[in-house]
Amino acid sequence: MLLVGPLVLYMAVFYALPVLAMLARSILDPHLTLQNFLRLAGDGVFFRVFGNTLLTAVIVTLGALLLGYPVALALSRMRGTAAAVTLVIVLLPFWTSVLVRSYAWMVLLGRHGLINEALRAAALIDAPLRMLNTAFAVYVAMIHILLPYMILPIASVLRQVDPALPRAAAGLGASPWGTFRQVVLPLSMPGVIAGTLLVFVLSLGFYITPALVGGPRDMMLSQLIAQQVDLLNWPYAACLSATLLAATLVLLLLCQSLPGVRGALRLSVR
Amino acid sequence: MNRPPLLLAAVLVLVFLALPILLIVVVSFSSAAYLTFPPPALGVRWYRAYFGSSGWLDATWLSLGVGAAVVVLATTLGTLAALGLGRLPRAARTAAGALILSPMIVPGIVVAIGVYYAYARYRLVGTPIGLVLAHTCLAVPFVVTSVAASLGNFDRRLEQAARSLGATPWGAFRQVTLPLIRSGVLVGALFAFITSFDELIVALFLSGSGAVTLPRRMWDDLRFAIDPTIAAVSTLTIALTAVLLGGAHLLRMRAARAPRG
Repeated sequence: MLLVGPLVLYMAVFYALPVLAMLARSILDPHLTLQNFLRLAGDGVFFRVFGNTLLTAVIVTLGALLLGYPVALALSRMRGTAAAVTLVIVLLPFWTSVLVRSYAWMVLLGRHGLINEALRAAALIDAPLRMLNTAFAVYVAMIHILLPYMILPIASVLRQVDPALPRAAAGLGASPWGTFRQVVLPLSMPGVIAGTLLVFVLSLGFYITPALVGGPRDMMLSQLIAQQVDLLNWPYAACLSATLLAATLVLLLLCQSLPGVRGALRLSVR
Repeated sequence: MNRPPLLLAAVLVLVFLALPILLIVVVSFSSAAYLTFPPPALGVRWYRAYFGSSGWLDATWLSLGVGAAVVVLATTLGTLAALGLGRLPRAARTAAGALILSPMIVPGIVVAIGVYYAYARYRLVGTPIGLVLAHTCLAVPFVVTSVAASLGNFDRRLEQAARSLGATPWGAFRQVTLPLIRSGVLVGALFAFITSFDELIVALFLSGSGAVTLPRRMWDDLRFAIDPTIAAVSTLTIALTAVLLGGAHLLRMRAARAPRG
């Protein structure tokens, strides 16, 4: 009690109470009311931004799953130096700040960026393609940033699969693809669900990347919240924050109850 | 599944992961006056621009200072809490754990505007203190999980033995417990530093004009032009992070090899 007390008190005063006080503005402004939330239901801007946020999260999650699974599978079969090198390539971006990685994509996708210059040098295009400040740029950069969150839980679950199982399937006449589809893939599902959930939930709250590489029409929920705070529209910002937070928590609690997912989530945090 | 196609797919994705970061490093050593690729020649003019700018250096010193203060606060509070969590009754442990780990889950923007809303009333916006107070909350989960992991292999009877041999609680902690969990504490401290040093969303709201951190300064610059100075700054922060993570890895390896009580 004496040991945990100081931290709990600290976090209550400097983090939990401030966030709760801010959220309370959604139902206490101007007095105890649900009016602010009811207004969201008829708000076109909110629905457009919320829809775009969900769409972005779905596309980014699918992209990360498609690109991340092969790496996780390869990583789980590697040993020694190859495994160490792969892990470094996965972890270095993981710990490089989101700001730096978003900047890298600005350099890559810009009008005079690497990709446009390369395409022009190869005489594939005459005029530079418009890639920066589009939804495409947001998807690519977010997939790049969130890939490690997909790879690590899947790889950690795959690593625990008994190698005798796929071997037995092959010995019984299953094709390599059949072995993968009927043995390896089902056994990796806890990792897949954990990775999918993590990437989806983290996507919902993205702010820096869409603000830097997206266009004004690709606004996400976090950007709308920041914009409303700049306008000092606290009740509206608080409603949006409560919605974002509720979506995050409900998804996490829902998926934590699935078998095996809890363990895979915990492994990935370390 | 065939091995060569799998390996090829994995290698392509790894290139996709690594390339943008390598690109930043190459661009930072460009001699060109503007952003162009490939660089016409190599040089260190953007590093000179960085080290010659008091604005960039002030922001760097502030980030290092805030990071150092966060390390002290988060490591102290987090280590104590990790030691105490195991001794709490189950319900209290779940509740305290949820509060302590929640900054890993709560969206950054919600934390940022929450602390901004409250700190503004106490004139903490635009001060380094405000940043330290908020960054500590974001850094603490990394300390608690890291120390708790190293406590997982710790035999509590060692501390009880020390107590029964006449050690004070503090003496038993300092001479028995701390040496055994030292690597977990140090790894947590490194993660705490990186968390604060790289943090941007809270800084966007709390920095004001009086406490501009390095990520905040980069953000402000990015809004106007993609100047290669930012590539030089980015490369320096990537190098610093890589060195710190390498250190954390060595600490973990050493801890894994050390004999256990």
